[in-house]
Amino acid sequence: MFVVLLVLLCLTVSVFAQGTAEQAKPEIRVLLANHPYGELLKTKIPEFEAQTGIKVNYESLQESQLTNKLTTEFATNSSTVDVFMTRPLQEGLMFIKNGWYKGLDKYDFNDYPSNSVDIGRKDGVAYIVPLVTEWQVLYYRKDLLKKAGLTVPTTFAELEAAAKAMNKDGVAGFASRGKGAAAVTQLSSFVYNYGGRYLDGGKAVFDSPEALEAIRFYGKLLGNYGPQGVTSMSWENIMPVFQAGKAAMWTDASVFYGQIVDPSKTQIPASDIGIAQLPRGPKDDSPFIVVSWGMAMSAKTKNQDAAQKFLDWATSKELAKEGMLTNITMARDSAWADKEVRAIMNPGLVETQAHAAKNGYPFDRPFMSSVGQARDLIGEVIIESINTKGTSTKLPALAAEKAKAVDDLLKADDEYGKL
Amino acid sequence: MWPTELFGRPLLPTRSFSMIRQSFFERNLRYLFPLPALIFVVVLMVFPVCYTFFLSFTDWSLTSGKPLNVVGLKSYFDVLKEPRFLEALGRTFYFTFGAVIVEMILGITIALILNRAFAGKGVVKTLLLLPLVATPVAIGIVWNLFYDPTIGILNYVLSVMGLPQSGWVSETKSVMPSLILVDIWQWTPMITIIVLAGLAGLSSEPYESAKVDGANARQVLFKITLPMLMPTILTAVILRAIDALKTYDIIYAMTGGGPGYSSENLNILAFKYSFEYFRMGQSAVMLVFLFIVVMGFSLGVMRLRRAFEL
Repeated sequence: MFVVLLVLLCLTVSVFAQGTAEQAKPEIRVLLANHPYGELLKTKIPEFEAQTGIKVNYESLQESQLTNKLTTEFATNSSTVDVFMTRPLQEGLMFIKNGWYKGLDKYDFNDYPSNSVDIGRKDGVAYIVPLVTEWQVLYYRKDLLKKAGLTVPTTFAELEAAAKAMNKDGVAGFASRGKGAAAVTQLSSFVYNYGGRYLDGGKAVFDSPEALEAIRFYGKLLGNYGPQGVTSMSWENIMPVFQAGKAAMWTDASVFYGQIVDPSKTQIPASDIGIAQLPRGPKDDSPFIVVSWGMAMSAKTKNQDAAQKFLDWATSKELAKEGMLTNITMARDSAWADKEVRAIMNPGLVETQAHAAKNGYPFDRPFMSSVGQARDLIGEVIIESINTKGTSTKLPALAAEKAKAVDDLLKADDEYGKL
Repeated sequence: MWPTELFGRPLLPTRSFSMIRQSFFERNLRYLFPLPALIFVVVLMVFPVCYTFFLSFTDWSLTSGKPLNVVGLKSYFDVLKEPRFLEALGRTFYFTFGAVIVEMILGITIALILNRAFAGKGVVKTLLLLPLVATPVAIGIVWNLFYDPTIGILNYVLSVMGLPQSGWVSETKSVMPSLILVDIWQWTPMITIIVLAGLAGLSSEPYESAKVDGANARQVLFKITLPMLMPTILTAVILRAIDALKTYDIIYAMTGGGPGYSSENLNILAFKYSFEYFRMGQSAVMLVFLFIVVMGFSLGVMRLRRAFEL
């Protein structure tokens, strides 16, 4: 018995001794996403450590696993995370509500478009530093378009005609996400261009005639001219199809441009791949432009100074410029104004960004705490529309039913009529 | 009379305080030795199960940002009203019965075929083990490549043979059979190996007397081999069925429950409710149901076994 006690005592003492010895060098834990910007940070972290003497322990996770890990650690009060990458539209509201972000009162937000900061703001306190922006674009095959004797579509009618004309020889005329919840973000720009919204004043309105028309049009395009099995395809399934030359047009976020013109990944010569803004709709010309990633500090951080230093560095102007030079579309205004950047960046990206920044809408999904469940509910309507090529007679009733379900979620989270 | 002293020293020690304590340990050794294992089981198995039961009576939801409240059976009623839950429950049984029945038939057949001496038997047995040692996520990714409707090999083979193509896992009507096929591919070898072990342990006497009595091959199989194998087969059924009821990895890696909700089983649905919807209370209710199903099934099969005195 005494021996056991003695061993325990020794262990405890040695643990404490270790603790004090390491306090000399501040240490922080950082969670990054498997995103090009996360990859960039990983290569630069040794420089930060050398400059500041702060030791950075980082982990890199796929986006949904990142949310899971953060949520589990925060909800069980066992978190040792100091700084992390975060998706403002997906988890921002929930994290703010639960008090998991630390308020960033010392951060200088002057270099950011104010609406991008507002998404991570509550009661005047900002919680998220915007990192990366994305907007909806149309990728297309210049060669196939030329062969069909067409020009780049600028309206939805032209988009449909082009999809029909190029849908042959085993090539899908038009591709976009069809996998229920994942498709919600890509459908959003279609809904906006038809004059609809997912939510309005904290109430679900995706069963409005405008939104329904958009959902029907999306289903018609994908049902008739989409790749086979599109209702189980998200971007990770569509990209290889486009890269293999099996899709003539593909609409998704701007972030994939770098990967589809990379000759080591694509079988199509880069000169045959074009990028254009999403065609305008009957009512509007307003694709989504969103802050897809941000960076935040944990409310439970024990090394606030070190964490703040890392946050400032990881979201700095210099790194934003480096990101832009590797085709990552950063949120900072100065990064877009930089001459060196503008000389190198693809003009298609610059043009579509300028258009989206001017006309776009800053949400690509229903902005609410229960966004995951709401996306699944809207996804059911999308799949019904695709499966029936947009002709389903059940669609209005189904959309109304799902809109009510989303309203119930808003009510349960105390957000109904408030957002 | 026994001697109590030897060379002037007492043979039996006097009972000091430390001796009393020592004898406490000695008296209770049978409880003390299993104690670490018991603590392990309680901390890592009993506690999570009890905590899940507790959560199922609460409304804990992270999206509401409010602390959890005990709401009694409300979450149970909410879940039972949810059509997705009932569909997932049905799919859990569909997947389990579909997979396990085919696996049993194939597994026993292969074992009977392999249960004779032939050249290369060792190689075949090793090859059989391969699907078992592969990681489920890797299996899922590879099968997804086979199943891909546009660039996958299965549709290519079908088109070469002049047969109509299938959407495999990307279509609602074919997704469950396609997933069951992967499970069969992976787990039939396990049945084969268990049954082979059972066959090796069978006594040769009944076969000798059957031979003397002039039984034909079919009679030997159905009247002797299979009845004697029954305990082994039932064990294999329990092991496989419990696993199949709880299947998560292959479905998550291949379809994530889609298209739509058409391949969600209870485990996938519970995962979505906790880690995508953050409704922990309702998720716990689903897990309680899964627990009851697995428990009920295992107890049922065990009772069956006793009833038939196997």
